Amino acid sequence: MESLTSPPPIRRLQLEDPRAATEFLPPDAGSNGHAAQPSGFTAAKRSIKAPQFSIRRMEIDEVSVHYGAKEAVKRVSLPVRQGEVLSLIGPSGCGKTTLLRSLNRLTELTTTARLSGRILLDDVDIKLIEPTLLRRRVTMVFQQPNPFPMSVFDNIAYVLREQGSRRARKKALEPAVHSALDRAGLFEEVKDNLDHPALKLSGGQQQRLCIARALAAEPEVLLLDEPCSALDPKSTQVIEDLIVKLRDDVAVVIVTHNLQQAYRIADHVAFMYLGDLVEYNSATALFGSPRETRTQEYVSGAFG
Amino acid sequence: MNEEFPQEYGPRWSDQRVERMLGVLVCAVVGLLLAMIATVFVRAWPSFSHNGLAWFGPGGAVDEQLNAIFLSGQSGAEYVYTFHGWPLIWSTILITGGSVLIALFSALFVAVFIVEFAPEWMSNILQPVVRFLASVPSVIYGLLGVLVLVPFIGNHLISEEQKSSVAGVISLTGYSLLAAVLVLTLMIAPLMVSIFTDGLRSVKPGWLEGSLALGVNRWRTTWKIGVRAARPAIVAGTVLATARAIGEAVMLAMISGSVGFAPNPADGLIFIYEPSRPLAPTIVKNIDQLSSPPANATLFAIAAILLLSATLFSLTGYLARRSMAKYGAA
Amino acid sequence: MELSLKAPKQAVEGSATWALSDRIGLVVCWALGLLFCAVAVAIVAFLFVKGVSYLELSMLTTPASAGFSQAESGGFSDALFGTMIVAVMAISLALPTGVATAIWLVEYGRPAALARITESTIEAIAGIPSIVLALFGTVIFSNTALGFLSRSSEGVVFGRSFFAASAMLSLVALPLVVASTREGLNSIPRHVREASYAVGKTKAATVRRILLPTSRPQVATGAMLGLGRIIGDTAIIIVLLGATQNFAPVEEAPFPLDYLRGAGTTLTNFVYEASPTGNLNQPEKAYAAAFVLLLMVLALNAAVDLVHRRARKVGTWSH
Repeated sequence: MESLTSPPPIRRLQLEDPRAATEFLPPDAGSNGHAAQPSGFTAAKRSIKAPQFSIRRMEIDEVSVHYGAKEAVKRVSLPVRQGEVLSLIGPSGCGKTTLLRSLNRLTELTTTARLSGRILLDDVDIKLIEPTLLRRRVTMVFQQPNPFPMSVFDNIAYVLREQGSRRARKKALEPAVHSALDRAGLFEEVKDNLDHPALKLSGGQQQRLCIARALAAEPEVLLLDEPCSALDPKSTQVIEDLIVKLRDDVAVVIVTHNLQQAYRIADHVAFMYLGDLVEYNSATALFGSPRETRTQEYVSGAFG
Repeated sequence: MNEEFPQEYGPRWSDQRVERMLGVLVCAVVGLLLAMIATVFVRAWPSFSHNGLAWFGPGGAVDEQLNAIFLSGQSGAEYVYTFHGWPLIWSTILITGGSVLIALFSALFVAVFIVEFAPEWMSNILQPVVRFLASVPSVIYGLLGVLVLVPFIGNHLISEEQKSSVAGVISLTGYSLLAAVLVLTLMIAPLMVSIFTDGLRSVKPGWLEGSLALGVNRWRTTWKIGVRAARPAIVAGTVLATARAIGEAVMLAMISGSVGFAPNPADGLIFIYEPSRPLAPTIVKNIDQLSSPPANATLFAIAAILLLSATLFSLTGYLARRSMAKYGAA
Repeated sequence: MELSLKAPKQAVEGSATWALSDRIGLVVCWALGLLFCAVAVAIVAFLFVKGVSYLELSMLTTPASAGFSQAESGGFSDALFGTMIVAVMAISLALPTGVATAIWLVEYGRPAALARITESTIEAIAGIPSIVLALFGTVIFSNTALGFLSRSSEGVVFGRSFFAASAMLSLVALPLVVASTREGLNSIPRHVREASYAVGKTKAATVRRILLPTSRPQVATGAMLGLGRIIGDTAIIIVLLGATQNFAPVEEAPFPLDYLRGAGTTLTNFVYEASPTGNLNQPEKAYAAAFVLLLMVLALNAAVDLVHRRARKVGTWSH
């Protein structure tokens, strides 16, 4: 009798090239971004360069998150580095979003949540940092674009204004707002309409506005929770390029259920399943030659 | 099952029939309202036509004018309609305006408190308290006001010098603007609190979470994002409370003082102790005069003003609430 | 992980890091919240104390009578009965009308312009001050055609009676009944209606057999809220029920029409008259009557709460 936590039986899919499903390709050379085709992927192209440097920013150390009796994240340990994009992948309900939200202590908004283990930001336990201060250093972009019901300028200025106790004048905030919009690649498109309501922007623009807002706080770590799942492919591409560009300035952690997206933009990938961290490896290695069977099954589309 | 479907002709209470009947009923209700509006204005017309815009202006002692109007109707001589209602209007503006402002401020803070910052035990107490305060009949508020608040103001708050300083014009007995505004605030604040809490609760949680995730603290998030997004609800609540305040007759008849006097802000602080009488209580106080035709017209004229303003405010509040429903669903 | 003798305290978001203005704001919140509670408690406690000290059982059973002192002037049984009569009559007008209007708005509602007008009408009625409703009532019921609803003498219709007051009071309760019933009907998901139509039931039958019984809690809530407003209203009573403290039945009519066509009083009117600004100036009786009135209102509130809690236990639809 199968236990309830084992994966469903594997369905063999007919692929064009019967060898592609079962052939394991040799591990790739590493620093060359153009790796051998990973199993199951025939279209995703990895076009980003390897990271130039990497600084350890956050350390997730044996973290478990319980929602009441249910254990959503089971003893996960991961590093988060500036200079690279870390992608959390896994099927629905595997705990990747919970793990992401624990990085900026957003899980505390749920009363039944309990976190054990340590998360360090620059070697300081985040439990000891005041939550609002933490959330300025570790900002988050959500799945649904949620620009505030204000003008574009005010959306970004909001972050800057509410951090100080003195009311800053609009003129004084302009450079910071423009630079945040610039970093998000949105400035050119909205620079003439900064006072228009943010809700009038298109979906992709709204999401980039949310990214700009998150960047305005000058964070050290940027968390993205499936930022493109509500967007069309073109906007998705724009945002993916943006994310890759940002990785030198901030440590990026992105949760995605879109494997091709993870393959396109991530430097390191963590595959989670039912709360466990199944495998953590560089993207090319994980997609090309996964160590664990479960990973290989997921990556080749056997379940998920 | 067969009872509803007699053999050949389909159900006796067919949908068409029921729809028509209900439609007639609904039209009757609408017709009733229109008849009400028409009747009030038609009955009020003599008073307006004889006074023109001076109806709203100052001039003479309004109580004497009301008396003269009444007597002229009784005696059979030519009817007198002269009426300058400014003291009543001014009193309405002062009392309504004062209480709406204070209630808005308090209700907003209490609503924010209930929705966001109160510990659970406190919310569980406050919500029934607010519902209770909203359901107390106005005559009880009036009774408490007249037996507790008015003597307190008259005996303990107003000093003798203050009383004597205006003795020639008006006597300060504790029936005052202050008492009226305080009690009226207490009456309309719960209504505002419940509408505000509904509005705050229906703000998109994504906004609030997004703001917290950017490192903005809960206080600022609630006020800058939550309250801002709930603006239609705040407008609706304020406007509906204003409509209620304008129409309040009985409690104000018991507390505000029964003189048609226009409190004078130039008197300084004493002005809050001065008695007055807004429009609605004036009708109640002079209800025995309905048999005299010119007095009847004058009272209906006052009612027409009340009807116009209260209905206007109610409809505005309703429209604001409808736009809030669209917002919340978005 | 090394053990430390004193585990560092977890930093939770408290108001400590807020700016001063934010913290002052939180203090204001607490102060106002506590003030509301204090005022409510004070009102209940004060009325309770005064009411209990002045209320005697005889007051509930003796009608008011002329007398020089408070001890001699009887009680307010007429007022108590008057409140109940007016409540029953007004709600029996308001409930069917309100439910029917709500059904039309939710289930039919064509043409759309009429639906919008009807909604606005109900909202407008909700906003009309009751004194204006009362004045309108004088016009309607002084009409000779409606003379059978009140007393007339020498061809002049008096126009004040229980019928008149109840009719206008039903308008006060109508918007509440409509709103609650609409809420109840709207909360029933579409698939329930579709299931009924799919077995061949007419809309009318569906409403009668399925939708209305399901919305019973909301309809009951609306009725109780309406009742609360009806028994608390004073302006309409003052104008349309006559200025007496006792029943003043019409002689020629049979029972019960003689009472219903006659004038009378209710608790609210009694409190108004017994207060210093009224004609009687009997503050003790006023407290007693106010206390009884408050108890009735509290009972209605508690009933509404009970209905809500029971409805929640039953569960909701799976949408």
